[in-house]
Amino acid sequence: MKILVCITHVPDTTSKIQFTDNNTKFDKSGVQFIIGPYDDYALARAVELKEQTGGSLTVLNVGEAETEPTIRKALAIGADDAIRVNAFPKDSLFVAKQIAHYAKEGGYDLILMGRESIDFNGGMVHGMVGELLGMPSISPVMKLDIEGSTAKMAREIEGGKEYLEVNLPFIAGCQEPIAEWKIPNMRGIMSARTKPLNVVEQVSDEAATGVVEFKLPPAKGEVKLIDKDNVEELVKLLKNEAKVL
Amino acid sequence: MSILVYIEQADGAIKKTSLEAVSFAKALADKEGGDVVAVALGTIDQGELAKTGSAGASKVLHVNDEKLNAGVIQAHAAAVAQAFEKVAAKTLILAKSSLGDAVAARLAIKLNAGLVSNVTDLPETGSGYKVKRSIYTGKAFAETELTTDNKILAVKKNAIDLKTDGADATVEDFDVNLDESVFAAKITSTDQATGDILLPEADIVVSGGRGMKGPENWNLIEDLAKELGAATGCSKPVSDIGWRPHHEHVGQTGVKVAPTLYVAVGISGAIQHLAGVNSSKYIVVINKDPEAPFFKAADYGIVGDAFEVLPKLTEAVKALK
Ligand SMILES: Cc1cc2nc3c(=O)[nH]c(=O)nc-3n(C[C@H](O)[C@H](O)[C@H](O)COP(=O)(O)OP(=O)(O)OC[C@H]3O[C@@H](n4cnc5c(N)ncnc54)[C@H](O)[C@@H]3O)c2cc1C
Ligand SMILES: Nc1ncnc2c1ncn2[C@@H]1O[C@H](COP(=O)(O)O)[C@@H](O)[C@H]1O
Repeated sequence: MKILVCITHVPDTTSKIQFTDNNTKFDKSGVQFIIGPYDDYALARAVELKEQTGGSLTVLNVGEAETEPTIRKALAIGADDAIRVNAFPKDSLFVAKQIAHYAKEGGYDLILMGRESIDFNGGMVHGMVGELLGMPSISPVMKLDIEGSTAKMAREIEGGKEYLEVNLPFIAGCQEPIAEWKIPNMRGIMSARTKPLNVVEQVSDEAATGVVEFKLPPAKGEVKLIDKDNVEELVKLLKNEAKVL
Repeated sequence: MSILVYIEQADGAIKKTSLEAVSFAKALADKEGGDVVAVALGTIDQGELAKTGSAGASKVLHVNDEKLNAGVIQAHAAAVAQAFEKVAAKTLILAKSSLGDAVAARLAIKLNAGLVSNVTDLPETGSGYKVKRSIYTGKAFAETELTTDNKILAVKKNAIDLKTDGADATVEDFDVNLDESVFAAKITSTDQATGDILLPEADIVVSGGRGMKGPENWNLIEDLAKELGAATGCSKPVSDIGWRPHHEHVGQTGVKVAPTLYVAVGISGAIQHLAGVNSSKYIVVINKDPEAPFFKAADYGIVGDAFEVLPKLTEAVKALK
């Protein structure tokens, strides 16, 4: 089975978010970048599936040269090779067009992505690629098993789960508990250095959206503390001041 | 010109978030001109369909096909695309959800439409077309420009107040042509909590963390939730250990909630948890540690033991009625 996993290169979940250049650019100073947590789940499941069924596992990222350490980490976790589409990811449509092109070229049986990126939280790229390739796209997938040419999965819905079956090839946007995050071991890290990381060019320049300005939410005021022996006071405040009861 | 709204249903009941999307579309139509047409898929009775009128739609296209009762992503996308064409719409509005996101992404390609998700405000259309959306899991916003003729906006909960005083909507049966291929993904069964208030749609949420010590103590959370008419949530470790089901896990890697009131009990307030609750209007924190980081994000707080505070608080809420 040929598996493709698409990964993002995003600020660590604990990062303080700030902007520069008159609020038009993300401020990278002091920020550590990681594989998107949902992409990391997709990758972990892909490594397990490859172990079970054999075949190959490729990771793909649309990004500039700075994303290579993140891609190397995915190689250390267990991908065989990597593709970097050398372009700034302008928007979801732009990214989807690149992925669709290289996914088609590679003829993958299974394309796994994260449920959403944690920078722009679109949750759209997998659906767009699915439509561009005429393949089913299922998201958010929390359990995925492959039996022959059939995939069986559970998809999270509001308040529960839905169980589905679909034939390969198809695309899934993954989330936990599909697999446990994998931490690269020493052997993985060593071998990742020599695994192929192919840099390819963008195939389309199309985008549909652009950010005009970034904004931060207004600062939160001080917390009002209420004595633990006077919880009635809290209920009063919620009713009369916040007016939420 | 019409603005189309994609309506989601569960067991024949229209989702409240979809009705909010109708109200959002109505406010947009009032600003820009045009009317609001809803498209509802599957078996839904007249009384339910009428709710789209109260929320602001003047017409609802009803695709009364039971094969669409379940949220088959490709089939829903195909049906909505046909409705979009039929009413010659330029804009599609929908509520952000597990199904909505998946359907919207496919529609963006089908309709050659720019798609913006997590929309928190009505678009500005003075010069160009700008929409505010939440990014970095609620830690920031982006004023986003849309350059396409067709547009899709996936609206976040609480972006607008639900309208309930709209006129009646005409219900029109609408037949769609669906190719067998759109049913390629087969839903074999669903497993859904019934009767409960759904977490992503709840106006009040009561969540418990590791400070609750074990699943046997969750009745304290549930009692308060019941008095408040709230949904229950939890922190990630709580669902990881299996004290609570996964769909209750709130945060960066779980459900993002936007209630008017979020009550956090025995949750430390790690940044990944806060990312899922920072769109709440008011936050109440109950924690025995005065240094718990959650207090910095809270509006009201009680420093105390959850096992003492919760029963008293539940009583106090009960006494209010
Ligand atoms: C990539 C990544 C993603 C993550 N995503 C999420 C996510 O989506 N959601 C999430 O929640 N976490 C997430 N986490 C985990 C997060 O970092 C924290 O570990 C987690 O939120 C802590 O859960 P907690 O507050 O329940 O437990 P703890 O940190 O153990 O806190 C327990 C709290 O309970 C209080 N307490 C104890 N006893 C009592 C008592 N009797 N009465 C009152 N208070 C009491 C303590 O003072 C403490 O503040 C993520 C982590 C990573 C690395
Ligand atoms: N620049 C990118 N390169 C590779 N994959 C991406 C990129 N952006 C998004 N994806 C994939 O698409 C998923 C959904 O992203 P999004 O629609 O941006 O929330 C992510 O979890 C990734 O798997």
